[in-house]
Amino acid sequence: MRIGDYKVSYAADEAVFRSGTVRFWLGALFVGLAVFPFLAGDYLLYMANLTGIAIVAAVGLNILTGAAGQISLGHAAFVGIGAYTAALLITRLGLPFLLCLPLAGLSAAFFGVIVGAPSMRMKGLYLCIATLAAQVIFEYVFKNWDGLTGGIRGINVPPPSILGFSLNNEFRFYFVTAPVVIIVVTAARNLFRTRVGRAFIAIRDRDFSAELMGISLFRYKLYAFALSSFLAGVAGCLWVNFIKIVTPEHFPLHESIRYLAMIIVGGLGSVLGSIFGAIFMTIVPEVLKSALNLVSAVSPKAMAFLSPLQTVVFGLLIVVFLVFEPHGLAEMWRRVKNYFRLWPFEH
Amino acid sequence: MSFFLELVANGVAVGGVYALIALGFVLIYKATSIINFATGEFMMIGAYFFYTFMVLLGLPAVPAFILVMACSALLGLVVERAILRHMLGQPTISIIMVTIGLSSILLGLAELIWTSDFKSFPPLFPRAPVIIGEVVIRSNFFWGFIIAMAAVAAFALLFKYAKVGVAMRATADDQMAAFSMGINVRSMFTVAWAMGAIAAALGGLIIGNIGGIQPNLGHLGLTIFPVVILGGLDSIAGAVVGGFIVGIVENLAGGYLHDYVRGDVKELAPFVVLVLILLIKPYGLFGKQEIERL
Repeated sequence: MRIGDYKVSYAADEAVFRSGTVRFWLGALFVGLAVFPFLAGDYLLYMANLTGIAIVAAVGLNILTGAAGQISLGHAAFVGIGAYTAALLITRLGLPFLLCLPLAGLSAAFFGVIVGAPSMRMKGLYLCIATLAAQVIFEYVFKNWDGLTGGIRGINVPPPSILGFSLNNEFRFYFVTAPVVIIVVTAARNLFRTRVGRAFIAIRDRDFSAELMGISLFRYKLYAFALSSFLAGVAGCLWVNFIKIVTPEHFPLHESIRYLAMIIVGGLGSVLGSIFGAIFMTIVPEVLKSALNLVSAVSPKAMAFLSPLQTVVFGLLIVVFLVFEPHGLAEMWRRVKNYFRLWPFEH
Repeated sequence: MSFFLELVANGVAVGGVYALIALGFVLIYKATSIINFATGEFMMIGAYFFYTFMVLLGLPAVPAFILVMACSALLGLVVERAILRHMLGQPTISIIMVTIGLSSILLGLAELIWTSDFKSFPPLFPRAPVIIGEVVIRSNFFWGFIIAMAAVAAFALLFKYAKVGVAMRATADDQMAAFSMGINVRSMFTVAWAMGAIAAALGGLIIGNIGGIQPNLGHLGLTIFPVVILGGLDSIAGAVVGGFIVGIVENLAGGYLHDYVRGDVKELAPFVVLVLILLIKPYGLFGKQEIERL
C-alpha cells in the first residue's frame, strides 16, 4: 500500500522507480515474465511472441501518432520493410540475427524519413492520406519487385541463431522477444523524459507554440517518423525470424489499421497503453474463437461466422473506445490504480 | 488512336462513377469536416440493398432504386446520430479512426447478412455495346455513366436552388452565421450524412452492376482519396473533375504501361497521382487554401 507522494530531494523526484511499491510490482512482473515460458504451452508461447512483436510495433506507432500527433496509415508497410530487409540480409549476405535487428530498424527508419518528408508542408488529414499512399505503394513494391522480394511467394528465412544457439521454437524465441520488448518499452518511457520526447508532445498539443518555443517542427517530425519506423523495422525483423517467411500479404492496409486500433484501445500517447492495446487486440479474437467453439457444439455452423464477427467486433471496439473511453485502457488502469491507492482507508 | 480513344472513353465512364462517390465524400467533409473512411462500405451496402430488393424480394428496378436511396439515407442518418455526433470537436485521429471502425463494422455485418459469396444483379440494360464514332463502350459502363451524371446534376441543382441545399452551403461556409440565420446546423450534419450515403450507395449500385458485388467491394473506396485530394477536399466541382481525371489516368496507365510495369498498374496509378498532388498542390485544384506555415 502506498500513501501519498512525499519527496524531500530532487533525486527522489527524478527517480525512475518512484516508490518501493513500484519497485516491488516491477520486480514481480519481471519474475513473471521469466517464469512464464516454463509454464506455458506452445500455443500460448506462440501468441506471447506475436504479442511481444506487436508491442514493439505499437510502441513505435504510439510515438509517432500518440505523442507527436502525426497520423500514420502506413505503419504495417514499415514493419514490412524491416521484415524484408532482415530477410534479405540473412539470405543474401548471411548476416547474424542480432546484427539484423538494428539494421532492419535503420532501413525502415530511412524510408520513414522519406515518407515523413511531406510533413514539412502538410499535417492532419493530408499527412494521413500521404501515409495511406505510401502504404499502397510499398505494398505494390513488395508484391511486384520479384527480383528483390520474391513477389507473391515471398522469401523463406532459416531459423535464426545467436552464437550457434538455434532459436528454432517458440520457447527459445521468447527469450529474444521478451528482452527486446523490455528494452524498447524502457527506452520509450525514457524518451518522454528527454528534450526530443517532450518536443513531440509539444508539437502534438500546439504546433505553433512549439515552433515559438524553439522546436524545429520539421526536424522533430522527421525524428518522430524515424523513431517510429525504426521500431516498426525492429518488429518486422523479429517477426520474419519468428514466422520464417515473409510475403506481401502480411502487410496490408488492414494491418496498419490494426496497429492504430491497438494504440487507440490501449491509450494514445501512453507507452503502457501500447502494451495493453497490443495484448488486448491479440486476446479478443482468441476469446471470440473459443466462444464460437463453445457455440458450435450446439449449432455446428457457428464457426462460419468467425471471420465476419471478428471484423464487426474489431470495428465496434474502435468505435466504442473512442466514444466512451477516448484515453483507452491505460486510463481505465489508472483509475483502478487510483482507487486502490488509498484503499481501504480512503478518508 | 482508336485504342487511345477507347481508353479515354472508358476512363470517362468510370470517372463519372468516381465523381459521384467522391461527391458523397465531399458532401460530408464540407458540412462536418469529417473524413469518411467508410465511403467504400456505404457503396458496398448500397449495392447489397439493391440486390436485396431486386433479387431477394423481386421488386422491379425503379422502386428498388428508390428504396435503396431511402435505406441509404436512413443508414447515413443513423450513423451520424449514433456515432459521429459524439465525436464533434474531437481530434482528427479520433474522427478518422471512428470512420475506419465504422467501415469495419459495416463490412462484417455485410458478410454476416449476405455472406461473402459473389453476387450479381439481373441485367438492367440492353446488352448491346454502345458505339459512339469509332469507340465501343460496354453498355453497363455507358448507362452507369448516364445515371452517375444525372445524380451529380441532381445534387448540383439541389445545392444551387433547394432550401436545404442553400442551408447546407451556408453551414459549410460559416457555422456561426448559419446558426444566427436560424438554420438548424446540427440537422444539417445529419442531412449531409444522409446525402453522402445516398451518393455513395448510387455509386456502389452502378459499380455492382458492372462487376458484381462482394463485401470487399468497399476497398474501391480507397480510390476515392486520390479523387478528392486532386479536386480539393471541400469542392464539389473538384470532386467531379477529379473523378474524371483519375478515371482517365487509371485507364491510360492500365492500357499503356501494362507491358512495361509488373502487376496492377491500374490500381497503383491513382496513388502515384495522389503523391504528386500532395507534393505540388496539397489543397487540390479547387480546394479552399488554408495557408499555414508549418
